[in-house]
Amino acid sequence: MTTPTKTATRRGALKTLAGGAAAATLPLWARYTHAQTAEPIRIGFQQHRTGIGAAYGRWYGRATEAAVGLINAGGGINGRPIEIVAEDDGTDPKRGAEVVEKFANQHGCHVGFGTLFSHVVIGSAPRAGELKLPYFVVSEGTHVSSGMLNRYTLQPGITDVRSQVIAMAPFITDTLGKKVTMIFPDYGFGYDHRDALAPAIEAQGGEVLAKIAIPPSETSFTKYFPKIPRDTEVLYHVMVGPAVLTFVKELGEFFGGQGPELFGFIDSLEAVAIDSPGLDFLEGSHFWEGMCRHQQPDESAHETFYREAVGVDARGASVNDPADVSTYGHMFGCWETLHVIKAGMEAAGYRGPQDRAALIEAVEAMTDMPHSREHPQGAKRFNGKTHQVFGHQYISQVQNGTLTRVHTTAIEDSAYPDMVDYTTQAF
Amino acid sequence: MKALVLHLGLLAVLLALHFVLPAYHHGNLARIMVLASFAMGYNILFGYTGLLSLGHALFFAAGMYGMGLSVQHLGLSAGPALLLGVLSGAVVSGALALLALRTSGVAFMIVTLMFAQAGYLTILHFSEWTRGDEGFVLALAGRMAWGVDLSDPNARYIAALMLFGICLMLSLWLVRAPFGRVLVAIRENEERVRMLGYDTFAHKLAALTISGTMAAAAGAAYGILFGYVGASFAAVQYSILPLLYVLLGGAGTVLGPFIGTLFMFYLIDLSSGITTAYMLIAGIALVLLTLFAPQGIMGELRRRLWKGLP
Repeated sequence: MTTPTKTATRRGALKTLAGGAAAATLPLWARYTHAQTAEPIRIGFQQHRTGIGAAYGRWYGRATEAAVGLINAGGGINGRPIEIVAEDDGTDPKRGAEVVEKFANQHGCHVGFGTLFSHVVIGSAPRAGELKLPYFVVSEGTHVSSGMLNRYTLQPGITDVRSQVIAMAPFITDTLGKKVTMIFPDYGFGYDHRDALAPAIEAQGGEVLAKIAIPPSETSFTKYFPKIPRDTEVLYHVMVGPAVLTFVKELGEFFGGQGPELFGFIDSLEAVAIDSPGLDFLEGSHFWEGMCRHQQPDESAHETFYREAVGVDARGASVNDPADVSTYGHMFGCWETLHVIKAGMEAAGYRGPQDRAALIEAVEAMTDMPHSREHPQGAKRFNGKTHQVFGHQYISQVQNGTLTRVHTTAIEDSAYPDMVDYTTQAF
Repeated sequence: MKALVLHLGLLAVLLALHFVLPAYHHGNLARIMVLASFAMGYNILFGYTGLLSLGHALFFAAGMYGMGLSVQHLGLSAGPALLLGVLSGAVVSGALALLALRTSGVAFMIVTLMFAQAGYLTILHFSEWTRGDEGFVLALAGRMAWGVDLSDPNARYIAALMLFGICLMLSLWLVRAPFGRVLVAIRENEERVRMLGYDTFAHKLAALTISGTMAAAAGAAYGILFGYVGASFAAVQYSILPLLYVLLGGAGTVLGPFIGTLFMFYLIDLSSGITTAYMLIAGIALVLLTLFAPQGIMGELRRRLWKGLP
């Protein structure tokens, strides 16, 4: 007896709801149709404000702010200013994907940008692809060029781990030693190191003796160090997360200055002052740097401009607080990516979301990016098929407590065969 | 009858919302329904049986990886992979139940927590297969179920609603069936139930397996619907989240987990726009709720307005 009444009520409710909501969204449609002319270009900035990537997030934010200030002061993109819409992803893939949805569906962003940690990129990229939101990551992971992601995901502002490792392996074997043990985070970014280093070292006649993986949330590292084989000549270390300083300190305590040669990724020391107490043992050791944290005597005018614009002193710390050390080896990626977005949008004659595919095609068509104010880290070459940029790598040695550049690799040194051709994928 | 109308009514409203919600909230609600299914599974064990597990991330992940690995390495399509995910959840929760139910109280909490942590570390350990913490993207072909593309927003919403509907009606039926009554009796006084001649171990075993299987179904669905499988879903926070959802919404109420999930999701979503300390806001909200509505939102409703609310 109650069933017919219930059906009728539900239908009624449905109609009312549908009508009400359609009416409620009408103003949104109107706003959307005339959002073409001088309205800002809204760029969704997926920022690691909290979680294990927070130090990077803070500095990615500053580099982004500086780049946007510069672009807007120069007339913006096609005369339209950039507006950054920052959302915290908590350095978490679930939240990351939600944030991407928020950019596309709630904030009306034209593109998404700025993600660093691999798991957040990989968790978010499928949603960016489904929502057809161009997603410019600044992650270093090889996941873009591996073909795992989609046509909407690009990495034009920072080189990937595989290319970095390939470029540097000859220096390690020729200068430091041929028997290498690696310590890396038990995490996607670390796997890129793990998978790329052994073949690169072997190609130079060297050998990787042991691969020691450490979970990124680890807080004590002493139990891992006894696993390092005694005949190790070079200890290759890369670590991320909040405990990097503990890691490096415990490494020093374990070897007490008597151990193998150390070759580290600056990731192990990002946002950490190299003259922190207990790090003296790093004197003489080598580091990969995406960009030289300590000002070099021959620093280019472009880099000096960039350093000043972001507010970083000659030691790589904030000009306002010498204890606030930047993530200098990575954050240039935000600056450069924003300039690539600008160049791409201008080349595509970008007007709004209907031109997103044209924007991606315009970026895919890019090749050489000369060393300039837009690309202060150095010249780069973009591979439109793999959506990955290639560039110079810097190796520095700690000399008198200062990271001094001792070697620069050529762009060609970092090349590897294409693993994907994203341009064959439909939009 | 009133209860049935209420629960079917919620499903009808959720179906209606499918047609009217703006894209962002439409996507959010799909997520919320899947997470609420996870919480409903948790509620069977915690809310109705009185067993506080701190290891439900293990079951969520068992479902997600049972599904994800079979898509990735066996090339299965979404349908069979989903079933395999649910099956892995049933096996893992059944096996865990046999071991963990030898303990009770605090020991049960610790044992479940430890097993979940072991599960998380296992995923990291076999990183060659699982891609560890980084996880992997499910190929589009692996997200097709019986000809339906589950990456499509409409299909995703309807699939999430179907899962939610099944879990909701199953929960409702279960807690009102004699079996569910025994679970509630175990929660209230296990000794007395045993004296009455019931096999309490068997009932708890079944409750934990049903609870774990439901959590696994949610995990498998989450992976398929949002295209990503990663170890962070096996981390301890995914054991805490369903507990929070259930506590907020009302433990031992069928609708509580949904209300709690909805509340918590939007609380975080809105407060993260205001401050980076959004977990603090969530924490304060929880404290306030515990102080003023210790039985959760639906529990409070039951106390004040509707004594018979299931």
